[in-house]
Amino acid sequence: MRLEKRPERSAAMALASPFIALALTIVTAAIIFALRGNNPLAALYVYFIEPLTALWSVEQLLVKASPLILIGAGLSVCYRANVWNIGAEGQLTAGAILAGAVPVFFPAWQSPLVLLVMVALGVLGGMMWAAIPAFLRNRFSANEILTSLMLVYVVQLLLDYLVRGPWRDPQGFNFPKSVTFEGWQLLPYLTSGIHLGVLIAFIVALVLGYVVSRTLKGYEITVTGLSTRAARFSGFSEKRTVMFCMLLSGGLAGLAGAFEISSVVGQLQPQISPGYGFAAIIVAFLGRLNPVGVIFAGLLLALSYIGGEAVQTALQIPDKITRVIQGILLFYILACDTLITYRIVSPASRAAAAAGA
Amino acid sequence: MELLLTLLTIIMTAATPLLLAALGEMVTERSGVLNLGVEGMMVMGAVAGFGAAFMTGNPWLGVLASIVAGMAMSLLFGFLTLTLLANQVATGLALTLLGLGLSALMGESFVGQPGVKLPSLAGVDPLVPFSLAMVAATGWFLFRTKMGLIIRAVGNSHASAHALGYNVIAVRYLCVLFGGAMSGLAGGYLSLFYTPQWVENMTAGRGWIALALVVFASWLPLRILAGAYLFGTISILSFVLQAQGLGIPSQFLSSLPYLGTILALVVISGNKALTRRNTPASLGQPFVPDR
Repeated sequence: MRLEKRPERSAAMALASPFIALALTIVTAAIIFALRGNNPLAALYVYFIEPLTALWSVEQLLVKASPLILIGAGLSVCYRANVWNIGAEGQLTAGAILAGAVPVFFPAWQSPLVLLVMVALGVLGGMMWAAIPAFLRNRFSANEILTSLMLVYVVQLLLDYLVRGPWRDPQGFNFPKSVTFEGWQLLPYLTSGIHLGVLIAFIVALVLGYVVSRTLKGYEITVTGLSTRAARFSGFSEKRTVMFCMLLSGGLAGLAGAFEISSVVGQLQPQISPGYGFAAIIVAFLGRLNPVGVIFAGLLLALSYIGGEAVQTALQIPDKITRVIQGILLFYILACDTLITYRIVSPASRAAAAAGA
Repeated sequence: MELLLTLLTIIMTAATPLLLAALGEMVTERSGVLNLGVEGMMVMGAVAGFGAAFMTGNPWLGVLASIVAGMAMSLLFGFLTLTLLANQVATGLALTLLGLGLSALMGESFVGQPGVKLPSLAGVDPLVPFSLAMVAATGWFLFRTKMGLIIRAVGNSHASAHALGYNVIAVRYLCVLFGGAMSGLAGGYLSLFYTPQWVENMTAGRGWIALALVVFASWLPLRILAGAYLFGTISILSFVLQAQGLGIPSQFLSSLPYLGTILALVVISGNKALTRRNTPASLGQPFVPDR
């Protein structure tokens, strides 16, 4: 088997690749279920289909998808520019800490303003945490992949310290948790299951989609990613793009963190996200590094979380299977994406082509 | 003196997994391939090593299993990046995400089980002298043998190496596999000797620190040794300070190795001349033979 470069990128393959990858992932998941001694078809039904058959679980799906969409949309812009922010999980945590400081220090403050301040601080926290690797890359050429990841561990330890120490709820029976948020410290709900953050996540992704495809800023980002040299000739500053992308993706991760603690989690605790920041890396690639594509990818990854919980309750399959399925999915996408720029040629057809020429 | 010797032994123990993984990654990167999946290969090595030793009762089979697991993961990476020409950064991330998930699933039944500890030989764990020997061996191999020269040529200019008739892809596959074996072994060291048990995510970012060490050491084996022992010292220092009870919250001390990594990267990357001299020029770039 040999690969041959296509004359130009295949648009059809770019669209088909995520679907092929999903199909392959489902087949692989079936094999894993079968190896574990479960009926693969029944397990696949519980994992991928059943969550879509009840209203409450569809609402759950939208709620779980919203942080993935927010973070994934920011990361897709980042990765377009070849800025490798992989510390979104840490930026989410930093946003949650800063947003959570409001109810922790002013537990009795109740006004719509509270929520606004929390959300603003959440964005700010994420941006601050993302600005560090951006600054270190611009000023010292320090690799942002490694620095942004190291900062995940640092901020998670900081949160752990806060909720076990100074920010612990005095009436909380020594559990490592802050006070429970209430009233205007929580997001309003649009339906019984869907909070305001879900709507905002969808709007943000659509707006970013517009920015990327229709504005000069979006063009600047794409050009910088494709060729820093070409970007320099066009007068685009690479350093400014790096900072912009990190602040944007960090801010959105921080926003997701603020939304999580003011809705699903409802307080600060050592763990506030089941790895949304890392899963969002998969979301960005699955969504073709396009904020609008990220909406669909975010919904699919949210389904993988809910399906994992479903097979655990219904079939006693450990929900760790979720992360395996997510990892396999990313592998298949990357493998299938090869076919966008290359095609597979067999030695026989090459010989025939050579003879014809 | 006694205390100093004990301290040195502890530091060596803490440094050895970093040293093993970083040496492997250094060889991989010298051939021009950036494998960011060290953490994933390491954690798979840890779970496979623990599992094999737990089920057979033989820790040496555990060591073997951890090497095989690391190599299997690296083969997956090699297939995607070298045969299918996928993006190396993204594939490395995928390898880490998959490794963390798969090891958690495989290790589900090992949680809380007593591990089988690798026996010490004359007071030292056998993998410590092995890691030191590997420093000398990789240095000699890369800089004193023809094969090492070919690896460096492939990493510095894959087009020239190809034109000279060397099989770029085959050389890279071998280097990726070596990196996988060393990362797997580093993981096995954690679950078979350092803390003989299985805990989810037990590598705790060591794979990423090893990656940073390679940059920090500017792709030179002796500097990797120095860097690994420096980081071993930092992590032991945080333990010692915790035991002293100075009132510093343990979480701050635990974050020292991560902050130290960032600091080290800043210091070394700021030195442009040093990094440019040693960075393999083809690092991270896919190779497509044009004929």
